[in-house]
Amino acid sequence: MKKTLALIMSLTIMAGLLSGCVSTRESDSTDTDGSGAEATGGVVNVYNWGEYIDESVLTDFEEATGIKVNYQMYDSNETMYSKVAAGGAEYDVVIPSDYMIARMIEEDMLEPLNFDNIPNFADIDPNLLNPAYDPENLYSVPYMWGLLGVIYNKTMVDEADLGSWDLMWNEKYADDILMFDNSRDAIGIGLKMLGYSYNTTDENQIKEAVDLLVEQKPLVQAYVMDEVFGKMEGGNAAVGTYYYGDYLTMVENNPDLGFYIPEEGTNTYVDAMCILKGAKNKENAEAFINYMCSTEAGLKNCEEIWYSTPLMSVREELDPEVANDPYAYPDEEIMAKCESYAGLPQNILDLYDSEWTRLKSAT
Amino acid sequence: MRSKGIAIPYVVWMAIFVVVPLILVVVYAFTNRSGGFTLENFASMSQYASVFGRSFLLAFVATVVCILLGYPMAYFLARERGRLRQMATMLIMLPMWMNFLLRTYSWVFLLERNGFFNTLLETIGLPKLDIIDTQGAVVLGMVYNFLPFMVLPIFSVIEKMDHRLIEAAQDLGANSAEVFRRVIFPLSLPGVLSGVTMVFIPSVSTFVISRLLGGGKSLLLGDLIEMQFLGSAYNPHLGSAISLVMMVIVLVSMGIMNRFGEGEGEAVVL
Repeated sequence: MKKTLALIMSLTIMAGLLSGCVSTRESDSTDTDGSGAEATGGVVNVYNWGEYIDESVLTDFEEATGIKVNYQMYDSNETMYSKVAAGGAEYDVVIPSDYMIARMIEEDMLEPLNFDNIPNFADIDPNLLNPAYDPENLYSVPYMWGLLGVIYNKTMVDEADLGSWDLMWNEKYADDILMFDNSRDAIGIGLKMLGYSYNTTDENQIKEAVDLLVEQKPLVQAYVMDEVFGKMEGGNAAVGTYYYGDYLTMVENNPDLGFYIPEEGTNTYVDAMCILKGAKNKENAEAFINYMCSTEAGLKNCEEIWYSTPLMSVREELDPEVANDPYAYPDEEIMAKCESYAGLPQNILDLYDSEWTRLKSAT
Repeated sequence: MRSKGIAIPYVVWMAIFVVVPLILVVVYAFTNRSGGFTLENFASMSQYASVFGRSFLLAFVATVVCILLGYPMAYFLARERGRLRQMATMLIMLPMWMNFLLRTYSWVFLLERNGFFNTLLETIGLPKLDIIDTQGAVVLGMVYNFLPFMVLPIFSVIEKMDHRLIEAAQDLGANSAEVFRRVIFPLSLPGVLSGVTMVFIPSVSTFVISRLLGGGKSLLLGDLIEMQFLGSAYNPHLGSAISLVMMVIVLVSMGIMNRFGEGEGEAVVL
């Protein structure tokens, strides 16, 4: 009896080990200690969003510089933050969004960049320089930017229902709605529905927004992040919300999809490359950032993920239809309706956390 | 003396990977962000009562389903001989060689609105199954993933059962239903108890199943804890407190179960 149990247990553990091997082999560039590096130029540990790069760019960079890239991925700013805050993981380059950069600067988690090592910085669109989240532009180099909007399936949604965030509260599409699975974006949509700012520090407004989300919960099919790709492409849901660049990827696989910017306004964001405080491979990290800002790498990435590029030379090289896409490179009228996330004070972040748990544990 | 020397590496191993983490959990649970002592983490626990309730309920349902499916499976398997048995044991073990996450992901594609099953049902003119993103799908995921842990202990107990006892019962005039009810089933209880432990504990603490198959709507304890460490709500202190409460509840319920099975012997507390 005990022997069989022991056997079962050891088999399970072995199964776990085996599967562990498989998943590291899949992307052999993930060993964080970098001991597997055959190159002489050392390593750089990069922590980026999932589905957010043309992976051949990493190989190109390794070939060009001899620096080995250990590449890992996260699916939300919050995941990245908690991994870094908990310590133990040694990343050099991270690519958070604006509000998270503000928070990390405030908590002294980022290292000022040496722009002498990043000459390609000159190619960044001047409109994106010295942003609110990094006013003196000491810590960050924009990687991609874009807009959030509503994605819908034209075969399932009536045209008359389009135009506003309230499509996501429309009972006609009960159980066909996909909502964001992270607190900042989801509560943000609630705030916009009510006409408030994304960056409000009024606790009652935030609670009101979460009440709205609790009300919406019975209509929601699933709370998703990157799972939205499969669900929208497969026609498994009628309405979702995600970034315009991702919509362009989805519509390639399912031409029935449509996109609009809600009239109440939406979020515009910048994801920017930063170096973590105390990074061991700072110069390699700067070389990596510089390479990512080259026209060649920028173009490859842009044509893979379809987010809006901050690099002027890349935009010139793009197909004019893409380069003049009104949602990818929006005009002032659209930008006037957009608001970006700012850093929030700790007591409001705590409130976001507890309110988010309230929503997720509501029945 | 010699045997003690051999045990040292294991003691060190256990201390580093079991005892130290447990101490860390306790320390975190009783402190706040600035490091001071607090009971606040536990005071706020009542707001998660629904999550605790849902987790234990779903894990209970999954365990019951596992017994109902796993017992007959183990029973017939144990009485089978030769090739068929080897094949069947192999088939039960086979999924465990694959990563848990992959197995669960594949269910997403099978159960999705326009997924494999529904496309199949549609082509043969049957109504669609609407199970994805429900609690039913979560239970299905638990049963699928943990069923082998129910089958194998029961199987090994029945297989090793002294056949003479069954023959004696038959000689004394018991029909096959009585033999099963009065001899085989009571003797197989230790296997069932081990199986229950090995299914219930991972079910109650699982986290990724409800996110993938339950659409992130039916938050379970595992998800709640994960959210405190890696998710949107970064609060390892609260996460540790929830883990601690969960461990205590699980230990207490396993204690009760072991008492219930006392004399049957070997139910295992993990």
